[in-house]
Amino acid sequence: MMFTIAARELRSLFLSPLAWSIMAVVEFILAYLYLAQIETFMQIQPRLAGLEGAPGVTGLVVVPLFGSAAIVLLLVVPLVTMRLISEERRAQTISLLFSAPVSMSEIILGKYFGIMAFLLLVLAMIALMPLALLLGGSIDMGMFLSGLLGLTLLLASFAAVGLFMSTLTEQPAIAAVGSFGMLLLLWMLDWAGNAGGGVVNEHVSGILAYLSLLRHYEPLLKGVFDSADVIYYLLFIVLFLGLSVRRLDADRLQH
Amino acid sequence: MERPCFMYNGAMSNDVLVRVEHLFRYYGDICALHDVTFDIGKGEVLGLLGPNGAGKSTTMQILSGNLAPSAGRVWINGIDILDQPKLAKAALGYLPDQPPLYRELTVDEYLNYCARLNRIPRDRRDAAVDKAKQRCGLTEVGARLIGNLSKGYQQRVGIAQAIVHTPVLVILDEPTVGLDPIQVREIRALIRELSGEHSVILSTHILPEVQATCDRVQIINKGRLVLNDSIDGLLARMQSSSMLVALRNPPPVLELESLPGVRSVAPLPDGRLRLHYFPDASPAQVLVERSVQHNWGLYELTPERMSLEEIFVDITRTEPHAVVAEEAA
Repeated sequence: MMFTIAARELRSLFLSPLAWSIMAVVEFILAYLYLAQIETFMQIQPRLAGLEGAPGVTGLVVVPLFGSAAIVLLLVVPLVTMRLISEERRAQTISLLFSAPVSMSEIILGKYFGIMAFLLLVLAMIALMPLALLLGGSIDMGMFLSGLLGLTLLLASFAAVGLFMSTLTEQPAIAAVGSFGMLLLLWMLDWAGNAGGGVVNEHVSGILAYLSLLRHYEPLLKGVFDSADVIYYLLFIVLFLGLSVRRLDADRLQH
Repeated sequence: MERPCFMYNGAMSNDVLVRVEHLFRYYGDICALHDVTFDIGKGEVLGLLGPNGAGKSTTMQILSGNLAPSAGRVWINGIDILDQPKLAKAALGYLPDQPPLYRELTVDEYLNYCARLNRIPRDRRDAAVDKAKQRCGLTEVGARLIGNLSKGYQQRVGIAQAIVHTPVLVILDEPTVGLDPIQVREIRALIRELSGEHSVILSTHILPEVQATCDRVQIINKGRLVLNDSIDGLLARMQSSSMLVALRNPPPVLELESLPGVRSVAPLPDGRLRLHYFPDASPAQVLVERSVQHNWGLYELTPERMSLEEIFVDITRTEPHAVVAEEAA
């Protein structure tokens, strides 16, 4: 049942020009960054050759690419997730789901899987760029996979926040602004932590930094796999999906 | 009032498909439904009538599980819609006042999606979609985008969506709004056709529609059920106690007033006469006989009926909640 909803979601996404244009824009920007990184790498490669333990192509091309991808997708994911529930509410198609023998969790999971299928496609296209390096050399597969895992978890968290924001409102634009603001805040919590001392004391800033999405992404990006980071993302996703189910359920109660 | 639901499950064995009990619904401070109680029998077409904002749509939203009641219970086929929503919802199809259509899908894709949502097994899905399309006259537009269809066709797709899984209960919120007269007749015929195997609830503020399609009528006004009667009962209610008579050689008014059963005679400006008589004592037969005997030259005799409109206005305006003909009786 979830997959029925997910399949419909994915299909509708690709029936509108939004999904295509988002894919194109993301791909274009990242391709540009990727090529710029390659260019830099080519220039400094002769000097690196002489150094002991210098970073390789993975560290100099793939890691920055995934780092930029995270930022670009932070801007883009709210645009894809904004319509998930709010649009159904506005067009009043939500009553089709509400009067069908489907539970609220199935609706939310269906929507989530649908949007994740789209985001995984985007991710696959991003991953193709570093993989193209295999044509002319070798990359550090461990680092690459760990970075890819980090980016996947990060995207899954973005989508969960976006979905939740979409359940809160009838206006897709508000959902987009809301989820963008929330994601940016969660991203920047780390900066407040880094600044330390001044505004917040060290203890609080430590906690804030720990809650930051960025903080758990960076180790994975550098090839450090810590199960705590993975669990952080999983909890994050479960939390927002749970909130979404609750919110959707409350739709029927009071207005 | 009596509570235990298992009692009702027993009582709902054969004829009662939906039981609604003491339904209340508040939107903030506004009371949209006040103590609404009724039953719907198997295969019955129930018309829900009421002025705008009376609570028709709220009632239907609650019945379809789109809205939770503030108090009260709803059983569909003996299943409480709040306790076991999935089971109860499997038994109903719902067309909201705005059909829930995905404009970017084709009719076939959309109905197929609805069939899946309602858990029709894969091998019966195509047949179910075909049947719904055929019943709603959509066979030729299957491959077209819903967004490009006319309003009338969109409405039909909405109805097809509600019946694709052949639910025992079909809830239609103003199904003929925005359709042209021919389409309205087709939709009414379809509703009559559905009534064989499905129970249908439809809401409307078009009175003739109720007469044309429904077995039973409920009038809701300001959140209260003010009338719950069969169409026959309603027709009986419409019998008024007056008739129009036109005579070429009218006798003195006094002579007419002396006819058995006649209460009063009022001449009309166009020369005709309005005879008021006592209920169940129509003087029509005597009048015709006398007319022949005395050569009055009777050329028109029209029993007057109160229109449904008049009853409707009468009930919704003058009697706040007097006529609740409890079906418990």
